[in-house]
Amino acid sequence: MGIEGIGARVARKEDKRFITGKGRYTDDMVVAGMKHAAFVRSPHAHAAIKGINTDAAAKMPGVIAVLTGDELAADGIGSLICGWMIHSKDGSPMNMGDWRPLAQTKVRYVGDAVAIVVAETKNQARDAAEAVEVDYEQLPAVTEAVAALKDGAPQIHDNAPGNLIYDWEIGDGAAADEAISNAAHVTRVEILNNRLVPNAMEPRATLGQYDEAEDHYTCWTTSQNPHVARLVMSAFYSVAPENKLRVIAPDVGGGFGSKIYIYPEEIVCLWASKKTGVPVKWVADRTESFLTDAHGRDHVTTVEMAFDADNRMTGLKVDTIANLGAYMSLFSSAVPTYLYATLLSGQYTIPAIHCNVRTVYTNTAPVDAYRGAGRPEATYLLERTVETAARELGVSPAELRRKNFIREFPYQTPVIMNYDAGDYEASLNAAMKTADYAGFPARKAEAEKRGKKRGIGMSCYIEACGIAPSQAVGSLGAGVGLWESAEVRVNAVGTVEVLTGSHSHGQGHETTFAQLVADRFGVPLDSVSIVHGDTDKVQMGMGTYGSRSGAVGMSAIVKALDKVEKKAKMIAAHLLEADETDIVIENGQVKVAGTDKALGWHEVALNAYTAHNLPAGMEPGLKEGAFYDPSNFTFPAGCYICEVEVDPDTGKTEIVQFVAADDFGNIINPMIVEGQVHGGIGQGIGQALLEGTSYDPETGQLLTASYMDYTMPRADDVPSYKVSHTVTPCPSNPLGIKGCGEAGAIGSPPAVINAITDAIGNNNLTMPATPQKVWKAMHG
Amino acid sequence: MAKIEMTVNGRSVSGDVEDRTLLVHFLRENLNLTGTHVGCDTSQCGACVVHVDGKAVKSCTMLAAQASGSTVMTIEGLSAGGELHPVQAAFKEHHGLQCGFCTPGMIMAATDMINRYGGKLDEATVRAELDGNICRCTGYHNIVKAILAAAAEMSGSAKVAAE
Repeated sequence: MGIEGIGARVARKEDKRFITGKGRYTDDMVVAGMKHAAFVRSPHAHAAIKGINTDAAAKMPGVIAVLTGDELAADGIGSLICGWMIHSKDGSPMNMGDWRPLAQTKVRYVGDAVAIVVAETKNQARDAAEAVEVDYEQLPAVTEAVAALKDGAPQIHDNAPGNLIYDWEIGDGAAADEAISNAAHVTRVEILNNRLVPNAMEPRATLGQYDEAEDHYTCWTTSQNPHVARLVMSAFYSVAPENKLRVIAPDVGGGFGSKIYIYPEEIVCLWASKKTGVPVKWVADRTESFLTDAHGRDHVTTVEMAFDADNRMTGLKVDTIANLGAYMSLFSSAVPTYLYATLLSGQYTIPAIHCNVRTVYTNTAPVDAYRGAGRPEATYLLERTVETAARELGVSPAELRRKNFIREFPYQTPVIMNYDAGDYEASLNAAMKTADYAGFPARKAEAEKRGKKRGIGMSCYIEACGIAPSQAVGSLGAGVGLWESAEVRVNAVGTVEVLTGSHSHGQGHETTFAQLVADRFGVPLDSVSIVHGDTDKVQMGMGTYGSRSGAVGMSAIVKALDKVEKKAKMIAAHLLEADETDIVIENGQVKVAGTDKALGWHEVALNAYTAHNLPAGMEPGLKEGAFYDPSNFTFPAGCYICEVEVDPDTGKTEIVQFVAADDFGNIINPMIVEGQVHGGIGQGIGQALLEGTSYDPETGQLLTASYMDYTMPRADDVPSYKVSHTVTPCPSNPLGIKGCGEAGAIGSPPAVINAITDAIGNNNLTMPATPQKVWKAMHG
Repeated sequence: MAKIEMTVNGRSVSGDVEDRTLLVHFLRENLNLTGTHVGCDTSQCGACVVHVDGKAVKSCTMLAAQASGSTVMTIEGLSAGGELHPVQAAFKEHHGLQCGFCTPGMIMAATDMINRYGGKLDEATVRAELDGNICRCTGYHNIVKAILAAAAEMSGSAKVAAE
């Protein structure tokens, strides 16, 4: 692998700027003449807008303009869309309600944007926003999905009767029913998957600049996918044609899904820049982020799992109601359907599966993909159900899983997915060994002497990454293809630039992607630069989410490297008077195999550009591009084991051990992969123990709108993690990699809750398992 | 308006600021020291930690005027002469950062922590001391490891305790 190549634990190239305070985030951008924006937001969860008076605000000090939705509409700026069409089981299309970037007639959640104020300073803009008078007629609000479906619930969008967005199903309902009626045992579980706020540490921000002379817009934004932002803002929101709109996502301080979407603020700031003639910057404060960033999860589910007399799974029936909030965010429709129900076979052979999903509007922030996106919800219900079944059947949770593991690949599940490779027993065994599973009873007894309740819980997850084969997702309703692009530019001195459509906002692409080049051409890592995040530099890309940058983004780079290598070998063969098939590239040398005839890599590059002596008909230059469209999803899987001690007096849970054994296929940089797992587990523990988003059910006010109220995991809430890997290479992509970005958040919540319920001897516990809830579960 | 002056990263600076201007905004907007970040509005996240007269302070909890006359060090001032501070180097070596947004505050808090404990730190103490700094990327594992490694190096211990 070499010291900097594939598999090497290389420290990150990008770190220096971050550890010295030289990162460049959107809020750090300053352009000449730049002014500041504040948004006027609805204080009500549901209200009709009877009028907006901006006169007083417009006269406030420093105010340049106060602009409303009527003016935005008059300029032809379109409504926000959901980009994935889901049809209900009766064949009708989903009921997508109108989402104006600035509300004109109605507001539907606390934080809904109504107007923008542009002023000389941020404080002046905020002061003036307070002075905008909006005449609201309050309407009854509903915040919970189950309540929103009830007769008489407040109607949120006219075109979604009963607040139902779609009523969708997958699998064979009759077969699942038959399995349940014929079962020797049926385990029934009700599952709540708590609503989470993603909370990237960098709040969302945008800077819009309109250049009148060129009739051109530039948008700096906190985005995971600047090209998708440009495409959507151009094609659907009519902000500007693509050639007149440059989107730059510079350093971005975490995303976790919340920065995939194009929000009203980018659109409005670009438009306001043209309207006012000045560049307009907006930066969310943390409460605005809580109110308006797309949230995650929020499912209510019933599960029935059928077993035969030999404890083999025979059927699974799942019924879910998913809260999508006040509007359909960009990929919101796909999350509780194709990213969720298609994973319900888990790691198990289950002959019959059926899942029904109803998605619902409520007067809450839009809900969309958050780290894992559908797969944590599927994993949580499955792994809670399997653990519950083991307790009901009186068998070991590990053995029940082992008995039902899928063992032959490829494996076609009853819910679309075709698993290509895996070894679930290997990860289970690895995790049990690391956790000293056999030694648990002794540890439990020892804890008992100290007055602590000790419990152990496991979770065997599977997920789908490498999103996604374009034709397949197109047939399922996706509005875009989900390939990735790359361009490899070898300079005349042999240094290399890689342009990628993936976007790095913490994942370390500048290092990992460069390792591919170092590995291939033997050039030092320092000679390789990764260029991303700017639509003027990189032609097109689909961005970073769904753990796709490795499996899809790097595969595109590999394809481009293949082409560069081929051309470099042709040039070298010509210069060395050898056959092209005899040329090898090793340690920065382009050689004739088995001889001492060789050229330096830089000499081949230089010859490509001097073009004095190239093979007949060959174009000068050494630069190749590629698009990679995956042929299948990838299927990372693994086993997580959590061990807890609960204080029976306080109900407080301490995680005393957390073990992860993941199969991500081949690994480019183990240090970075481990870091991804650590972070995912941290967020999963947050979901399991700490994080609960709470709306007042009457008023629709967000009660957890700051770090004073929403419990983020802190360093003393989590343990050090024991992370290891097993490897079955992914057969569908050239590097054999599966993706590692979300696994930690997917696999960990059920392991934690399984451990706590084991400790306290009561299976009835919902997330977040706060001390109060745990204490009540223990003491009734 | 308030007239203020202070020493920031060894340089004398002054400015006229609105009375309500926070130290973090003075650093970022008047001095263009954008390494100090704002991650919340409630002094919870710690992305804005700087040193004021040698002590770690959340620069969003202090008015710029309150810091007048003080000596302030930000993340930009930590690596004297282009040499990484041991805490900076440890964060890189141990992959103690991902998106980098919380990192300046983490490093400034960690430096202060190590100074206060004279390098005598264990994992539980580091975790407790980090209560005022939130990271969403790393799950804290490698941050804790990096701080213990830096503490060991700064106090002259031969070997890092944490794994």
